[in-house]
Amino acid sequence: MNEVFLPELGEGIKKATVACWHVKPGEMVTLDEDLVEVVTDKASFCIPAPKTGRLQNILIAAGEEATIGEVLGIIGS
Amino acid sequence: MIDSKLRIEDLGFVEYSSAWEFQKKIVQAVAAGGPATLILCEHPAVLTLGRLAKPEYILASENELKEKGIRIIRIDRGGEVTLHAPGQLVVYPILRLAGHGQDLRIYLERLEQVAIDLLNDFGIVAGGFPGQRGVWVGSRKIVSIGIGVKKWVSFHGLAINVNTDLALFQVIRPCGLLVEMTSMAQEKCGAIDMDEVKTSFLHKFQKHFFPSPIHE
Repeated sequence: MNEVFLPELGEGIKKATVACWHVKPGEMVTLDEDLVEVVTDKASFCIPAPKTGRLQNILIAAGEEATIGEVLGIIGS
Repeated sequence: MIDSKLRIEDLGFVEYSSAWEFQKKIVQAVAAGGPATLILCEHPAVLTLGRLAKPEYILASENELKEKGIRIIRIDRGGEVTLHAPGQLVVYPILRLAGHGQDLRIYLERLEQVAIDLLNDFGIVAGGFPGQRGVWVGSRKIVSIGIGVKKWVSFHGLAINVNTDLALFQVIRPCGLLVEMTSMAQEKCGAIDMDEVKTSFLHKFQKHFFPSPIHE
């Protein structure tokens, strides 16, 4: 099991909003493939899949806010 | 002098969608280790909506937009609704941000500083606006900014109103704000040479992003 974290985006940036998931729960995703996009002040940031596997859970849905370091979703083996 | 580390692609007047396809190719090339690239262009009138753009920020009806020949495109950048039109210099820096601080806020601020310095070259005093991004002349917005980042490679960028027809902005609420837009031509009361603006941009960009001991 692998967690997809909201990474550090820059100094003073504490939160970002999930704009969209490119993969639906239950679907397979390949390492480094575009997985989830977050937006912060005037920037959109694409988070790649940290491993190959099935997207098990989306914990932060599109439109919701997450803090840096928070788990956005989980990829199963 | 432009550093060899930086590749310049001046696309001239080009459809938004063509430039977007080109950007995607360059993003892949830069992510794979290719040279940082600056894409310069102008677009026919088009509205682009950022990821979280609200449709209500488009004030004109579909028919009105059609009559004016303005298309709408939803894209993967931060920010709200933006208008591109002839006379606006659009710059898409495709850079590996790992080599430039790997920090979205620092990158945005540095891009704004490039535009502020450029405007200063033309005798226009510009700066930030409290709580807002972009570059402003007093309370009038002159440069819009919105970026996308994938694998820490930047795309999209900034739009500088050089000789833009400002009446076109009446169809939207730029960036979701009730703001007055301005242009370099408006501030200087006369048309501005686009090539001079491009040259100044390259110079300032080089200074802020690829400084070298022999530069200035």
